[in-house]
Amino acid sequence: MSDLQELYQSVILDHNRSPRNFGPLDGATGTADGKNPLCGDQVSVAVRLEGDRLDAVRFTGSGCAISKASASLMTAAVQGKTREEVESLFHRFHALVTGTLPPAEMTKEQLGQLIVFSGVSRYPIRVKCASLAWHTLRAALADDATTSAMPVTTE
Amino acid sequence: MTTSLIAEGTTAHASLAPRHDFPLLAEQPALRYLDSAATSQKPQVVLDALTGFYATANANPHRGAYALSAAATDAYHAARATIARFLGAADPETLVFTRGTTEAMNLVANAWGAAHVQAGDEIVVTALEHHANFIPWQQLAKRTGATFRIVELTADQRIDLDHLASLLSSRTRVVAITHVSNAVGAITPVHEVVRLVRAHTNALLVLDGAQGAPHLPVAFDTLGVDFYAFSGHKMLGPMGIGGVIGTRARWAECQPWQFGGDMIEWVHDQDSTWNVLPYRFEAGTPNAADAVGLAAGVQYLAALDMAAVRAHELALLDYAHARLADVEGLHIFGPPPAERSGVLSFALADVHPHDLATILDEHGVCIRAGHHCAQPLMRRLGVSATARASLYVYTDARDIDALVDALVHARRIFGATS
Repeated sequence: MSDLQELYQSVILDHNRSPRNFGPLDGATGTADGKNPLCGDQVSVAVRLEGDRLDAVRFTGSGCAISKASASLMTAAVQGKTREEVESLFHRFHALVTGTLPPAEMTKEQLGQLIVFSGVSRYPIRVKCASLAWHTLRAALADDATTSAMPVTTE
Repeated sequence: MTTSLIAEGTTAHASLAPRHDFPLLAEQPALRYLDSAATSQKPQVVLDALTGFYATANANPHRGAYALSAAATDAYHAARATIARFLGAADPETLVFTRGTTEAMNLVANAWGAAHVQAGDEIVVTALEHHANFIPWQQLAKRTGATFRIVELTADQRIDLDHLASLLSSRTRVVAITHVSNAVGAITPVHEVVRLVRAHTNALLVLDGAQGAPHLPVAFDTLGVDFYAFSGHKMLGPMGIGGVIGTRARWAECQPWQFGGDMIEWVHDQDSTWNVLPYRFEAGTPNAADAVGLAAGVQYLAALDMAAVRAHELALLDYAHARLADVEGLHIFGPPPAERSGVLSFALADVHPHDLATILDEHGVCIRAGHHCAQPLMRRLGVSATARASLYVYTDARDIDALVDALVHARRIFGATS
């Protein structure tokens, strides 16, 4: 598989074409907006927490295939997880796309469908595309109804 | 169609300037550099001029009473004269050096604008402007309480001259317009703009030549505008040097905007007096080395002949249009090639420009993907970004062919629907 084929795997192209969990979220308990000012990508993530568990998460926005697919696959991956589980998955994902994840952990068991982002690490300037939605999700989880979260950027 | 063009052996296939004159391109024969609107590659003569200055004439100009400083001063003055002549200004002292167009526009907005624009006045720009010719005026309007007006565009992103005419009045104090759009390449009909502005206003007329001076013949003295700004690094020169040419009458209306060494006549305890043009607006140690480098760059361009540069880009644009017609789902922004500089700004079906740039990079094709520092234009196009391929004197048909092949590949990867 060439670098380019690994970057643009069919799962990524599919989620780019038909993003899952795309649209507004009823009864959101937290929201955040993320932007990559240099390229104009933007994503809004809305979460609904039940206690410590992520009951629902949806997103809206526009951007390149990597950023859209990342947001889409992220929403599928974190649904039903606790904050702590989300946080740990974020760190694993971040290590994957920055190329610092030990090969032994680069498995479908550890990463689920997120493993399709393994090709990103070979394109350092695209790391921010893949990580924008995740940074925004973390801000949305830190958001509560009384304060509005700071805009997120990956720059 | 492609085959017949090749068979006819059109001149579009050769570059105007030999690729081996440009060390970076010579070193990387497979590189297809199509981002000259962002910055041009540099010929060896420019690099030689830079090192030549530092190796033989390096001293602080205008300072020392010794021969070496005089040599540096002479080199700096000679560079000014060469660049002024290239841009058609008979009086070299009306050329003030800056870091580039951005600093030049900030200079004019501050040095002229701050003293002459007040509440109730109107400042007119267009929706085509690069942020460098937009924000300085937007913020001047905000500071002074002037009204900021934006000329809208035709369906193919040319300045709507009727709309421009409708915005002009005795209240108009500044009209700031791009000579050539960096984002879509549309060439402004300068004579028509000058005629309209002079007929309806006494406004200051400023032209952003960042994409004009590198690609079109420019004759400042017959252009009829008050200021013309340019960037050296887009016209074969080094980064960090550019300038603005103005009429003596308009320079006389300007106040110094940066203070320090070189720009003074005399400094008293409580006030100071100013040096003459152009030094009055060049505070601090001048960027003499880069000015000398740029002078070598414009001499290289003059030898190619700017009319030939334009003809070369036009021929390549026509060739590119013919070849790109085969790429399904491709939309090219901007007016037809005859009214466009060497810029191909495009969208490929629903493939995002950043994905295009990554795929093209894999083919060795360098393009720009983004908002091109023209967010007002992107809003009007209804996109967050476009992909932009831009041409110059060293571009040849192989560059265009590689672009087309890479776009076809991108389409295949994305199975794009148009």
